[in-house]
Amino acid sequence: MALGVTGYVILAVLALTVVAFIAAKARAKSAAGGDVRLLHSLPNYYGYNAAMFTAVPALGVLVIWLMAQPMLIENAIFDRLPDHLIEDGFSRNLMMSDVRRVAEGLDVAVSAGAMTEERADRIRTEFSDVRSILGSVGVALGSDVRPEVLSAAQQYRKSSAIGMGWMTGVVLILAALGAFVSVFVSGADFRARNVVERFVLSMLIVAASLAILTTVGIVLSMLFESLNFFRMHPWTDFFFGGQWAPNFRGNSDLSILPLLWGTLYISIVALMVAIPIGLFAAIYLSEYAGPKVRAFAKPLLEILAGIPTIVYGLFALLTVGPFLVSIFGRGEAGLLGVDWMSGATAVLTAGLVMGIMLIPFVSSLSDDIINAVPQAMRDGSLGLGSTKSETIRQVVLPAALPGIVGAVLLAASRAIGETMIVVLGAGAIAKFSLNPLEAMTTITTRIVSQLTGDTDFASPETLVAFALGLTLFVLTLGLNVLALYIVRRYREQYE
Amino acid sequence: MTDATNADLPYSEPAGVKKGSLMTQDARTRKRNAAEKRFKAYGVIAISIGMLMLLVLVYNIISRGTGAFQQTFVTLDVELSAERLDKVGNRDINDLRKVSTFGYAPLLREAFEAKVAEHGIETDLSSKDMAGILSPSAPALLRNYVLSTPSVIGETIKFEFLASGRVDGYLKDRVTRDSIAEDKNISPAQLDFVDQLLEVGFVEKRFNMNFITGADSSDARPEAAGMGVSMLGSLFMMLVVLALALPIGVAASIYLEEFAPKNWITDIIEVNISNLAAVPSIVFGILGLAVFINYMHLPNSAPLVGGLVLTLMTLPTIIISTRASLKAVPPSIRDAALGVGASKMQSVFHHVLPLAAPGILTGTIIGLAQALGETAPLLLIGMVGFIASNPPDSIASGLLDPNSAMPAQIYEWAKRSDPAFYERAWGGIIILLGFLITMNTIAVILRRRFERRW
Repeated sequence: MALGVTGYVILAVLALTVVAFIAAKARAKSAAGGDVRLLHSLPNYYGYNAAMFTAVPALGVLVIWLMAQPMLIENAIFDRLPDHLIEDGFSRNLMMSDVRRVAEGLDVAVSAGAMTEERADRIRTEFSDVRSILGSVGVALGSDVRPEVLSAAQQYRKSSAIGMGWMTGVVLILAALGAFVSVFVSGADFRARNVVERFVLSMLIVAASLAILTTVGIVLSMLFESLNFFRMHPWTDFFFGGQWAPNFRGNSDLSILPLLWGTLYISIVALMVAIPIGLFAAIYLSEYAGPKVRAFAKPLLEILAGIPTIVYGLFALLTVGPFLVSIFGRGEAGLLGVDWMSGATAVLTAGLVMGIMLIPFVSSLSDDIINAVPQAMRDGSLGLGSTKSETIRQVVLPAALPGIVGAVLLAASRAIGETMIVVLGAGAIAKFSLNPLEAMTTITTRIVSQLTGDTDFASPETLVAFALGLTLFVLTLGLNVLALYIVRRYREQYE
Repeated sequence: MTDATNADLPYSEPAGVKKGSLMTQDARTRKRNAAEKRFKAYGVIAISIGMLMLLVLVYNIISRGTGAFQQTFVTLDVELSAERLDKVGNRDINDLRKVSTFGYAPLLREAFEAKVAEHGIETDLSSKDMAGILSPSAPALLRNYVLSTPSVIGETIKFEFLASGRVDGYLKDRVTRDSIAEDKNISPAQLDFVDQLLEVGFVEKRFNMNFITGADSSDARPEAAGMGVSMLGSLFMMLVVLALALPIGVAASIYLEEFAPKNWITDIIEVNISNLAAVPSIVFGILGLAVFINYMHLPNSAPLVGGLVLTLMTLPTIIISTRASLKAVPPSIRDAALGVGASKMQSVFHHVLPLAAPGILTGTIIGLAQALGETAPLLLIGMVGFIASNPPDSIASGLLDPNSAMPAQIYEWAKRSDPAFYERAWGGIIILLGFLITMNTIAVILRRRFERRW
């Protein structure tokens, strides 16, 4: 029982596959009378071909069946459930998960020996305490089992059992058929290699399209839930309201604007740190530094990009934040004797740390771009008598400017989408303020807080996270596309 | 523009006006040279700031995190008295079970009293307060030991108990007598008692294996928290990523690099992949929550789901590096294979792919290292907010049972209020960075050893 029906079916199909491989190879060899040179393809290809025809259709049907069966059964059972149950304020999903839980509980009870198969089918809440029986085998149910749910669960089990029976039959027949046909055709003239290669190619194409599938998945999953959100919450408030005040009793103000302000403010602080440092580092590394300094400094700077963001988050919360408080906060006890900063989490905390994280992004991208400026332009400028710094400022940088703008845009998109640093270092208060020493919150922080813990996918307070996510996705995608476009155009200019 | 500026320059005046010698610098040259020096200095300063930040970060991690690898232990001789633990007297395991952890607490108090009497330690503390310097988990540890070996009842056995988080902090200079003024968990008198025990050598700070192998613990017991279980969670996630991202990534790259016709569909796929590499990680978390958990009903907090999400994030990295290493294999290899009669597919799988393997491996390791440190998507699929207490007992339970992961565990500790957990978080970072450094070093070594220049 440990494997379950599905496990045995898969094992059977795999065994059949091995048999088909050996049989097809042997048949092809014997068809050629032992002289492999007379075959169209190498003998192994006949084997691969047979294995493929045995396993792929059978396992494909198995997977589809396993995904479709619960859905079909649930629909059928749901139609039969009395209407008053659903009107009782039970959502469809809650109801069905109850049914599934009870059905699984019955399965566990049967396999643990607490009930016979027959009793599981006939048990009634009116006569026995189903909840305590299931509890005795370790299946905890939240509330007492309603009779309707129990009968639906029994129906569910019955249909599942019938479905599993059919599935086993269909899959095994399909595998046997595939094995038989493919072994039968394995003659000397059969072009086994071409068939196998066409199959492999189609697998490669499927793998390559997975990237598109992921994007589609991202967009669709967020789009549907966002639409649900906008059905419950006015879109004008989301885009143009001025308040972020989620209230889990309903009637919340959910506007993105204060979050967007916090996100942009922190990103601007981060870029103000990262752009000058990163750019000057890139200029020094590409124009002044000798090969030894370069080989030493460049990888060290790039380590900053390889450190996980959770480390920076902790650094912000526990080191930079308290450090800033000791300067700007604590009144008389502080370094400046002022009391401008009350807690470790602030725009400046998150911005500074994020700036450090972004230094290598700006520096290595700019470094590449500055290196791509043709040497002839530098030589021309130096030959006219300008100093090295004049050459850089007046010739190299203007030529590299579009690329550097692209690099900055990429860094900005990183900053906007960064999560861990702001979750730990920026705070949770949504407001419009210009004071960098105050705590503020960002889009990513709110996504995390709305989607962690107990979430109810029927309330706008949870669903707003999807709308926020979609906005974030569109924003960063736009920046990336723009940046790549600029960089690419610039590259073509000098090639 | 050039003309306009030249008009202001001294040497644009009629010839022969320029005075002075080439050997002496005029004011203008000095100014330009100074500007040159300044500009160069800016670059040096920028690089130094970057290095300094790296140094500060590393120093911070090491100075704050190494403490987590040490822990304070208290050695006690506990008399497992039979009349307390086994009133019936038949050593029956079911009767022994009836004595709860509360029943074991008096044993610890007696052990302290005996110790004080034996060494002549003068203290005004009640025996209850003396036992208060131990971790709250001490009675449970005692009980588990007795239940596993009931034959020891009646004997006196030497135990090493974890000291409570405050006492541990005191030995690590995190807790001082000033800082506990308003702390209900410990009193200055107890710290004095710890000092006395320290003198006679019954309190000791030493290497703490439990931090590396152990499980997380509840808020009240920072001294017992460890990374072990979350490390297993990370391990299972990485197995999923490796099993899915490597074959899919390599297959996609082979298609795009070797077979794909140049058309708009291929263009879309390529643009897509480079954009996916730049999508914020939290968006992948939303995708995981919506698709894998809400739609497919995969279990919450499971390493399998975490692995699937991280697979999608890692794919672009692997595809980009695999394509680069496929591109680096010279066309002559392909031509030679085709020339002796191999099919296109055979030339790729039998010749190009093995030659590109070291590069692919390097890219995969770097992608895995990235995935290992990723936190944000794990927050959304529920790998935080609970105590990962049980190590999985099989592969299936490792994949499907709720677990944490290293970065998620660090985040969890960083959010707790007791500063003793901050030390654990920094210590966790040392372990995490240890893994990342190892993986990246392997990647660099592989690249150095097997990289071929054609």
